[in-house]
Amino acid sequence: MTSKETFLKPLLKENPVTLHVLGICSALAITNSLTSSLIMSVSLTSVLVMTNVTISLIRRHLPSSVRLIVQITIIASAVAIIDQLLTAYLPDAAKTLRVYIALIVTNCIVLGRAEACAMKRGPGASFLDALGNGLGFSIILIIVAVIRELFGNGSLMGYRILELVHEGGWYEPNAMLLLPPSAFFIIGFIVWVIRSWKPEQNEEAEFKPAPLPDSEKR
Amino acid sequence: MSHFIDTFFRAVFLENLALAYFLGMCTFLAVSKKVKTTIGLGIAVIVVEAISVPLNNLLYNFVLRDGALAWAGLGHLNFSYLGLLTQIAVIAAMIQVLEMVLNRFFPLLYNTLGIFLPLLTVNCAILGASLFMVQRDLGFIDSLAYGLGAGFGWALAIVMLAGLREKMKYSDIPAGLEGIGIAFFTTGLISLAFMGIAGLSF
Repeated sequence: MTSKETFLKPLLKENPVTLHVLGICSALAITNSLTSSLIMSVSLTSVLVMTNVTISLIRRHLPSSVRLIVQITIIASAVAIIDQLLTAYLPDAAKTLRVYIALIVTNCIVLGRAEACAMKRGPGASFLDALGNGLGFSIILIIVAVIRELFGNGSLMGYRILELVHEGGWYEPNAMLLLPPSAFFIIGFIVWVIRSWKPEQNEEAEFKPAPLPDSEKR
Repeated sequence: MSHFIDTFFRAVFLENLALAYFLGMCTFLAVSKKVKTTIGLGIAVIVVEAISVPLNNLLYNFVLRDGALAWAGLGHLNFSYLGLLTQIAVIAAMIQVLEMVLNRFFPLLYNTLGIFLPLLTVNCAILGASLFMVQRDLGFIDSLAYGLGAGFGWALAIVMLAGLREKMKYSDIPAGLEGIGIAFFTTGLISLAFMGIAGLSF
C-alpha cells in the first residue's frame, strides 16, 4: 500500500464510522453543536496520532500477552494530556465535553488502529493511517453536527445563520434534531448514501423474501 | 432504601447508558443480532458494572480526590488528574480477575460469559458509568445502585434491539440499508421512546 493510499483510504472508502461502525458513541452524543464536534475531532485525531506512533515505535518489544494493557495505558495517558490541556485553555468546552473526552480511551477507533495498523507497520505509515482515520471520523462528525445545529437551532458555532420565528425571523427550528436520537437517523442516512454510491460495502441479507408468483403481480 | 431503588430506576430508564447517552454503541450495534448472545453479554455487563463502579468509587473517595488522603496525613495532595488512568486500570484488572475466578470456580458460567469479558474492557458503557459516578459525586451505596442500574439498563436495551433485529431479517430492506443501516434507524426509534419516558416527571 502506498502512503497516499494509507492516508486517503479511511477518508471515504474505509471510513471508520460508516464502514466499520467504530467510535459511534461520541459521534452521536456531542454532535448537537459544531464547536464541540470540532474540539472532539481535533482531540481524537491527536490522541490517535500520538498513540499510533508510540505503539508503532515499541511494537517489536511488546510481548503479545500484555499488549492490550500496555496499549490502553498509552491511550489513557494521551487522553489525560488532552484532557488537562483542554481544562487549562478551553475550560468551558472541557466542562461540557469532560466525560466524552475521557471516553476517547475506550473509543474503538483508537484501539482498533493500534491493533490493526500500529502493531504491524512502521511509525511513518502508522502516522498517516492515524491521520487518515482521525480525519475520516472528523468528516462524519462535522457533517452530522452541521445538519443538527443548522436545522435544529438555526446557527453554526453559535453564530445565527437562519433567523428563528420566535426571534422575528422566518425559520421554524426542528427541535427533534437537537435531541440525541436524531443523530442515529442522520448517520443511518449517511450510511445509506455511501452504500448506494459504493455498493461493494453492502452487507448480504440473511434471507431473501420469496418472489411473488405471477398471478399475484400487479 | 427507597433512595436506592430510586437511583436504580433512574439509571435503568431515565439515564439509560445506551439509549440516552449512547455509550457502548460499538458493541451495541455489532453484537445485537441474536437474543441468546445478547443475554449472555447483558449479564456480563451487569456483573462488571456492579463491581467496577463501587470499586472505583472507593478508590476515588479514599485515594484520588482533592484532600482524600487526609486519613494518611497527606491531605494536601490532589491526584484527581490520575482518575482516568486508574479507572481504566481498575476495570481492566477487575475483568481479568473475574475471568480467572469464573474459569476456576464456575466453568459453566465461564463458557457463556467468557468470550465477552475481554471485550468489555474497551466498552465505553463500563468506563462511562465510572466517569458519571465521579461527575455526580455519588456516595458508596448510591454508586452500587447506579452500577447495577446502569448495567441492567444497557442489558435491557441490547436485548430489545436484538429481539427486533431477529424479526427484521425476514423483511425486505433496501440494499444500502441492509445490516447496520437499518440497525441505526431502529436504535433511533427505541431511543426516541426512551426520551418519552424521561419526559414524564417522577
